[in-house]
Amino acid sequence: METDVLKRVPVREQEPKVRAANFEEVCLGYNKEEAMAEASRCLKCKNPQCVKGCPVNIDIPAFIKEVEEGSFDEAFHVINKYSALPAVCGRVCPQESQCEAKCIRGIKGDAVSIGKLERFVADTARENGIKPVKAETKKGKSVAVIGSGPAGLTCAGDLAKLGYDVTIFEALHKAGGVLSYGIPEFRLPKSTVVDSEIENVKSLGVKIETNVVIGKAVTIDELLGEEGFDAVFIGSGAGLPRFMGIPGENANGVFSANEYLTRSNLMKAFDDSYDTPVCAGKKVAVVGGGNVAMDAARTALRLGADVHIVYRRSEAELPARVEEVHHAKEEGIIFDLLTNPVEIFEDEQGNVKGMKCIRMELGEPDSSGRRSPVEIPGSEFVLDVDTVIMSLGTSPNPLISSTTEGLEINRRKCIVAEESDGSTSKAAVYAGGDAVTGAATVILAMGAGKAAAKGIDEFLSK
Amino acid sequence: MFKILKKEYLANNIWLMDIEAPRVAKSCKPGQFVIVKMDEKGERIPLTVCDYDATKGTVTIVFQIVGASTKRMAEYEPGQSFMDFVGPLGCASELTEMPEEELKKESILFVCGGVGTAPVYPQAKWMKEHGIDVDVIIGARTKDIIILEKEMEKVAANLYIATDDGSYGFKGNGCDQINELVKNQGKKYTRVVAIGPMVMMKFVSLLTKELGIPAIVSMNPIMVDGTGMCGACRLQVGDEIKFACVDGPEFDGHLVDFDQAMRRQGMYKTEEGRAMLRLEEGDTHSGGCGNCN
Repeated sequence: METDVLKRVPVREQEPKVRAANFEEVCLGYNKEEAMAEASRCLKCKNPQCVKGCPVNIDIPAFIKEVEEGSFDEAFHVINKYSALPAVCGRVCPQESQCEAKCIRGIKGDAVSIGKLERFVADTARENGIKPVKAETKKGKSVAVIGSGPAGLTCAGDLAKLGYDVTIFEALHKAGGVLSYGIPEFRLPKSTVVDSEIENVKSLGVKIETNVVIGKAVTIDELLGEEGFDAVFIGSGAGLPRFMGIPGENANGVFSANEYLTRSNLMKAFDDSYDTPVCAGKKVAVVGGGNVAMDAARTALRLGADVHIVYRRSEAELPARVEEVHHAKEEGIIFDLLTNPVEIFEDEQGNVKGMKCIRMELGEPDSSGRRSPVEIPGSEFVLDVDTVIMSLGTSPNPLISSTTEGLEINRRKCIVAEESDGSTSKAAVYAGGDAVTGAATVILAMGAGKAAAKGIDEFLSK
Repeated sequence: MFKILKKEYLANNIWLMDIEAPRVAKSCKPGQFVIVKMDEKGERIPLTVCDYDATKGTVTIVFQIVGASTKRMAEYEPGQSFMDFVGPLGCASELTEMPEEELKKESILFVCGGVGTAPVYPQAKWMKEHGIDVDVIIGARTKDIIILEKEMEKVAANLYIATDDGSYGFKGNGCDQINELVKNQGKKYTRVVAIGPMVMMKFVSLLTKELGIPAIVSMNPIMVDGTGMCGACRLQVGDEIKFACVDGPEFDGHLVDFDQAMRRQGMYKTEEGRAMLRLEEGDTHSGGCGNCN
């Protein structure tokens, strides 16, 4: 395969018109030849910057070298030393602002397509039935992990590899956390990718007990007491969806992105053979500009709606990944930027019949450094919609913090934990992921799960 | 998997089941609820807890057939299992969390409507176990659809039955019975707890407001996860938005916007109607009902 070293090997995708009407994965990934050609672009730097850009510090040049040589199983084992979820990360990590942003190749040309190579390695290992290596000796100590999302799975996987007996408690009926309920099928296939990565974690000896709400059925103190665990990791995720507080927000047809996505992803409302319904909507406005907003918008589109993204700042400030915004536009989603909702109108039955918005302009930068949007007086207009999806982030769930004595929370009600080792104000209790940081990314949660696994190991080895 | 140990038909399409769920049974308190998912493709259905036994590890649920999912649920038999059963969810009843000296000063009237009799039972039973006398009204359209009368008799100091058609007990609805007790018989209550259909809770709330008696209601809106994540169960309570699953399910009845809650509860009515039609008529259902696209 001919390669221009300055240009990355393009990855095949479903055509926008075709994929807008199905839930199949958008990106088709590399084949063997494409992966090996792309791998050959890596400079194998002596002082690799990409590794520093990775929150779990995968030895990127080492696995890419194995790919270049066609040793795909070996490449998988290299990655697996650092990450339990490579097929997930290869798909949903914001590589452009992490490993790939630091790639030396990227200074003059395109950065090496590290994410797509990681995905290729993980997918190939799955197809060939390659499993991660189990711990040889047992430590004789047990750890309870709360939540089976990216933070929990990573922490559990790392601890199991070190020889700990790990049980994950999941509140929902299915493991995976945001990977199962939040990120849609077309970005992260459930039965092939998510379920098999969870199976890999289980193959390390990790037990997963679903349908257990910690803080209700069992408290943290009971886990450490009568249930006999030596340490606990809290990776319970982001929590309660935020709403705007504008009139009409409780009308029928106004959903949180969490609800809309959970109905579609976890409960499979898009599939008629499942019982859970979703009011898909014909004309949908998604309020917000993050990755979750893009996911909700693209889900609504696939359920047959005309979709608008309503975001109060400009395109440059969209918090979503560039790739997601690009895909959304390609699929025909309309972006109403510098626009903010002020009221939702309802008909006599209480159903949404329109949303009044106001145009915004960018003023002075705020504390986050982003220019804060200011209303333009008299610029109100009505957007003709029957469904509104609020994607404004979340606030922490009080279930655990309110039932655990001595667990410190901050002003934003997030659990306070040390970044370096996940330790909290309570002995033997560690935390990480969105429960600590507020809504962030899959890979940052994994990084926190990893740090906490190390912290727990040090604590239990004392 | 969560095994069904017992199944009993109560009345009016209302069923009772004992489910083996030791974790839930051990930590359950009056006022809380559970979510049941029958099988892989089933919905997550929030259900009332009628009783629980920590030693046996069982939870008693009561449900009424209102749609395709509950109809399918009623076809399960003892020995079969539900795939998922999660709880206890929501907060325990405010009264059971009160300091005992304060609770002893209360004079409580429970008002049950229809299947709402079931969640009142564990509360009244808890009161009895803690030496507190409570009065209970069971309101129903007619005699045949009253449930849990015998059980309630054992735990209530005074049990009043009210039927709309006068076929049993007092002739009138729950509100009429409250009026009779408070206005005609001069009974003094410091608190009314009403659990039943939203419309019944709405009218009990309006009446108790007029009578100057604080009212607690237990809300049962649409929900998906039941742990605070989806926000489908949000309610307007006073000037605040509350999530029934984590802030409730009990709220101050005088503050709940019932009209909005009822509209929200009807959101999927057509969907459910369609699912029911598919179930009843199968492939022969060919549209024409106006509900099909």
